[in-house]
Amino acid sequence: MTTMAPTLAATGRVDGEPFGLRPRSVTIGRVGIYAFLIISAIFFLIPLYVMVITSLKGMPEILAGNVLSLPQSPTIQPWIDAWLHACTGRDCSGLSPGFFNSVKITVPAVIVSIGIASLTGYALSFWSYKGANVLFGILVFGAFVPYQVVVYPIILGLRTVHLFSSLPGIIIVHTIFGMPVLVLLFRNFYAGLPIELFKAARVDGASFWQTFFYIMLPMSLPITVVALILQVTGIWNDFLFGVIYAGRANWPMTVQLQNMVHTTQGVPAYDINMAATIITAAVPLIIYFVSGRWFVRGIAAGAVKG
Amino acid sequence: MESQVTEAPRSSVSIRDLTLSFGAVKVLQNLNLDIGEGEFLVLLGPSGCGKSTLLNCIAGLLDINEGQIFISGKNVTWEEPKDRGIGMVFQSYALYPQMTVEKNLSFGLRVAGVKKEDIAERVTRASEILQIGPLLQRKPANLSGGQRQRVAIGRALVRDVDVFLFDEPLSNLDAKLRSELRVEIKRLHQRLKNTMIYVTHDQVEAMTLADRIAIMRNGVIQQLDTPHNIYNKPVNLFVAGFIGSPGMNFLSGELTGGAQPVFRSGNATIPLDRYHFDGTPPAGTTKAVLGIRPEHVAILDGVDRMPYSVEGDIEIVEPMGSDTIAWTKIADQQFTFRAESEVHLQVGQKLRFGFDPARGSLFDAEGTHRL
Repeated sequence: MTTMAPTLAATGRVDGEPFGLRPRSVTIGRVGIYAFLIISAIFFLIPLYVMVITSLKGMPEILAGNVLSLPQSPTIQPWIDAWLHACTGRDCSGLSPGFFNSVKITVPAVIVSIGIASLTGYALSFWSYKGANVLFGILVFGAFVPYQVVVYPIILGLRTVHLFSSLPGIIIVHTIFGMPVLVLLFRNFYAGLPIELFKAARVDGASFWQTFFYIMLPMSLPITVVALILQVTGIWNDFLFGVIYAGRANWPMTVQLQNMVHTTQGVPAYDINMAATIITAAVPLIIYFVSGRWFVRGIAAGAVKG
Repeated sequence: MESQVTEAPRSSVSIRDLTLSFGAVKVLQNLNLDIGEGEFLVLLGPSGCGKSTLLNCIAGLLDINEGQIFISGKNVTWEEPKDRGIGMVFQSYALYPQMTVEKNLSFGLRVAGVKKEDIAERVTRASEILQIGPLLQRKPANLSGGQRQRVAIGRALVRDVDVFLFDEPLSNLDAKLRSELRVEIKRLHQRLKNTMIYVTHDQVEAMTLADRIAIMRNGVIQQLDTPHNIYNKPVNLFVAGFIGSPGMNFLSGELTGGAQPVFRSGNATIPLDRYHFDGTPPAGTTKAVLGIRPEHVAILDGVDRMPYSVEGDIEIVEPMGSDTIAWTKIADQQFTFRAESEVHLQVGQKLRFGFDPARGSLFDAEGTHRL
């Protein structure tokens, strides 16, 4: 032992030379990346910040000038007004009717469209029936049809079955327009599952519906969450279909918001408009935050193979 | 002779003139196969030979184009898989991931509307046979590969079927587990005495498990026989080359028939007077291939007892632990033999080795069939 070179420790390693974890150093590139990220974050957060503080100020304070300053006497009156009293066109009962209209449109449309799409995707990927590929081709093609082209034919169609300007009418329209993307999503998900799973179910004697409900549907949680995010945000944010097909009584929140912002006489009520906009945007935001976590969890738990 | 094929008393699965094509490609052509009751039949062949396709046809998972399938005497050609009396075990296990082991086992019974007490009883019995009792409440994700495959076998077991179909069940397991489960499947067959049809590309599985092996190539059964006969009397060059590891040595040369038939290849003249020809040996001279298994070659003391022996240089030595494979040449053609691992072989060493041509196989060079 004593004959060893002095730089060698008893274990035989060379002291003073690279050993173990490589130290991280701060490079210019890294500083640049962080600077870029921080600037982008500020860029996207400032409008939200302005909206929130403006909605908490009174009108005199807003008109006084500084957009970025914090409210001196915070008030939630604009929020109450936006929800209950602001005028949307001729009605002055705030956004709340529009909110409930949107709920009445979104919830059934999301459930129906996802239900039909997952069933269609399942049938397309596992039951190779006659014309399956043609049907799928048509559906995919449907994803590329511009909405404007079919607006008027749909009006005629809905009028023929007496569903134009009605709640069922707008729900049907949303369901149909969700189909191409949703079916594509579900079909590709099911096509990625091992075909042997389907074979095993057939050998076990499960029927078309039993295979779907007991085996395929429980496995499709991750993709269902994706579809849910897509559909809720898509339908909630929709303006065009709502204003055309829903009818005045069922106008969704987005249409009401637009009416509110545009029917002000005199000085626009910036505080109320800001509050109303935040309320309208809140639903998709909440969906993102809540189901985003479920989404990740679903992918992690859905380990099919391993 | 023990080479007699043991005919099963009654056929459990019969396939008549089965043809299956995907578009213009004929995957299976006019295939006929009879599997006896309680028989363990292995379908063996390289990938793409149609063995899994045939199994899927028997299971009813693929619609056939022509022919008939009988299971337990019933024509099931148009029946759904569940009505055929079969259970199937897949390579990827195909367990339902969101169900516990117990639910996996009982799924088939639940959809069939079997009574709860019966289900519980059958699940208990299957889990005892397969020793998966402690795993019943677990999900497939929390099982090891071997445990998963056991559950997959259990799923077929609870349904009380006549015929078990295995589609490469051990291919996803590591070597050690594979040999363990192989023995377990054999034990299971001895206990249950069900008919089992087993698809594999692993010749060791085929040789160890099968009562009979059907060797397939391009959708055609090449040979259907006991493992012993497949190994010792392959009907053609394909079967001879496919079975055995290391593979059989093939020497190309000429066969001269007559009362004292001989095989000549280059400077080697190999007497065939004790070789058992299929029928009469062809008269005159024909191009032929002589196949000799590496394990049938003798060296050192054993050489003297062999009707043919020759000296050669050792070119490559592959120690396998249990034995050693050595590469040499006869008449300028590659020739391998297997030696005890205690024998120290060295590259460049000259060694005398010999074999008994009667244990070899002689094939027609053009028709590739056995002579």
